[in-house]
Amino acid sequence: MAAIGFDGVGKRFGTVTVLDGLRLTIAEGEFFTFVGPSGCGKSTTLSLIAGLERPTSGRILFDGRPVDHLAPRDRDVAMVFQSYALYPHMSVAENIGFPLKLRGVKPREIGAAVAEVARRLGIEALLERRPRELSGGQRQRVALGRALVRRPRVFLLDEPLSNLDARLRLEMRAELKRLHAEYRITTIYVTHDQEEAMALSDRVAVLNAGRVEQCGPPLELYRRPANLFVAGFVGSPPINVLDARYVPDLALPQGASVDDVVVGVRPADVRVTAASDDPRALAAEVLLAEPTGDDVWVVGRLDGQQIIGRAPPDAVPAPGSTARFELARERLHLFDRTTGRRVA
Amino acid sequence: MGSDPDSSMKRAATYLARRALTPISGAHISREKGSDPNFIPTRKKGSDPIFRVGTYLGVLLVAAYCLAPLAWQLVTSLRPPAELTTLPPLLPTRITFEHYAAVFTGHPFPRMLLNSFVVAAGATVVALALGSAAAFALTKMRARGFGLILAIVLATSMFPPIATVSPLYLLINALGLRDTLAALILTYAGFALPLAIWVLTSFLRQLPDELYSAARVDGCTPRQALVRVILPLAAPGLTATGLLVFIVAWNEFLYALTFTATERSRTVPVGIALFPGLHEVPWGEIAAASLLVTVPVFVLVLLYQRRIVEGLTAGAVKG
Repeated sequence: MAAIGFDGVGKRFGTVTVLDGLRLTIAEGEFFTFVGPSGCGKSTTLSLIAGLERPTSGRILFDGRPVDHLAPRDRDVAMVFQSYALYPHMSVAENIGFPLKLRGVKPREIGAAVAEVARRLGIEALLERRPRELSGGQRQRVALGRALVRRPRVFLLDEPLSNLDARLRLEMRAELKRLHAEYRITTIYVTHDQEEAMALSDRVAVLNAGRVEQCGPPLELYRRPANLFVAGFVGSPPINVLDARYVPDLALPQGASVDDVVVGVRPADVRVTAASDDPRALAAEVLLAEPTGDDVWVVGRLDGQQIIGRAPPDAVPAPGSTARFELARERLHLFDRTTGRRVA
Repeated sequence: MGSDPDSSMKRAATYLARRALTPISGAHISREKGSDPNFIPTRKKGSDPIFRVGTYLGVLLVAAYCLAPLAWQLVTSLRPPAELTTLPPLLPTRITFEHYAAVFTGHPFPRMLLNSFVVAAGATVVALALGSAAAFALTKMRARGFGLILAIVLATSMFPPIATVSPLYLLINALGLRDTLAALILTYAGFALPLAIWVLTSFLRQLPDELYSAARVDGCTPRQALVRVILPLAAPGLTATGLLVFIVAWNEFLYALTFTATERSRTVPVGIALFPGLHEVPWGEIAAASLLVTVPVFVLVLLYQRRIVEGLTAGAVKG
């Protein structure tokens, strides 16, 4: 187990800058997630930690010591790939035992270690099979087993759940969290799915175009997004962004005018009713209603802007009618209109 | 999909064209799919007698063209000596195996076969070892100038052998390798390398890069990744490439003739060419030896036919 440091790490491929001066520290034993849209540099970050790529600038540190001169095999890092990358010519047992075999561990000890990992992952019955005979979820477990078998210092996961169906994804998500609690290995996870990031991580870094937009615990990202990008990326359905002129009695920070800011408000913080006694509630035409079970998301239109709010399932305003959208005043986010930065 | 105007126009046009070409009597019209409203009756190509006769005629012509020399060799090898240079009879009046016996008694034929085998196998091993390493570096280790290197490799195989035979002879002589099997192994491997690199590169390209990355993270050096992960998965490609190299080396004549001097290193093609004596050309023995030396290649190709085609078309289709 190790703490990972990024000391101004940059990576360019030709003229394309993939990572731009990355600077952050991942604590020992932490479950840390890089999340961001495709092409934001998150997979490259993993390759840099694993040693599959070399940074163009800056240093990567394991426990304070630079590792840039070390080959992947000397970093004691394990990785699970999006495609699982199981070796098709080896059985499940050989796949899991491969990292130990390369380190010269005795066959009997390999057998014991493989059996132990297989037991924990519930794949004892599959050990003699070939990868092509396994389902997606089983392959996923084998890939996890191959990574866990040698108790690496760092555990890297590159979109490991993206090839699974929705139900299995939830199951494996819980499994990953359990494994992390059990093994306490520093885990670095990469995903484009903000919900996955929120559910799993101790801390999350939102990457965009090679830069960290914000880094912190999931709830902090949700409650105090540092800028419009993070606000829009974290949370589902996505945050409402309204022109400040439409929000009456807005408490503006000193020196700012309504023209300088936009208002962000999460759909969960917007209550939709047919009639409201809150005089500051916004009146908007209801476009459609999306029931999700406990709640109904109501999409409304306010002078060409879209606003989403929450209504109880037994009091949903009819599409076409005008409803009142009440904003939870203590949960409004103000962002600078030009820079997108949080102002209050 | 079928509702957009462009495709329904096309369908109507095909329908009219097919109807115009189909005899109304309908003797050949298949009506099995009558329930499908989009089904357009057509004649099956395979059931058209003219088409079928044409196909067989074509196949027959090509086969005759390719096999006639071989058939003549077979006939010659079985002919009694007296009938060798006379025509008629077209077919021998009696069948004799004395030419086959003479090949083994009058010449060091087993030695030549052994030489040929050692040379072809040696060249194959060297070409595969170097070729797979090169293809691996080009595809998985992201060598710079990928396209340029492949182009240069291809360019080196453009020289006609006759242009390189004298400089190579001088080189071989200077290295003290004249009249050795090593000279032929090195030469053949060198000339087979472009082919090996190209075929293996297209094979290795099909293997996902994540497999190599996984091997590296699991603790492989690049060489271990090649030997333990990449090569086992490229086995079909190695087989195909190996066979192609082996066959070329087995049949090669020009360099073998130039670089060898004695039966110590002579290969079969050269040996056969030296059969003619001072006073006569032993056509029967030449024919018998030629057939014998074709047999191993013939068997190899039959066994691995599919693999060879895979090798030549690797990368063309996914799959």
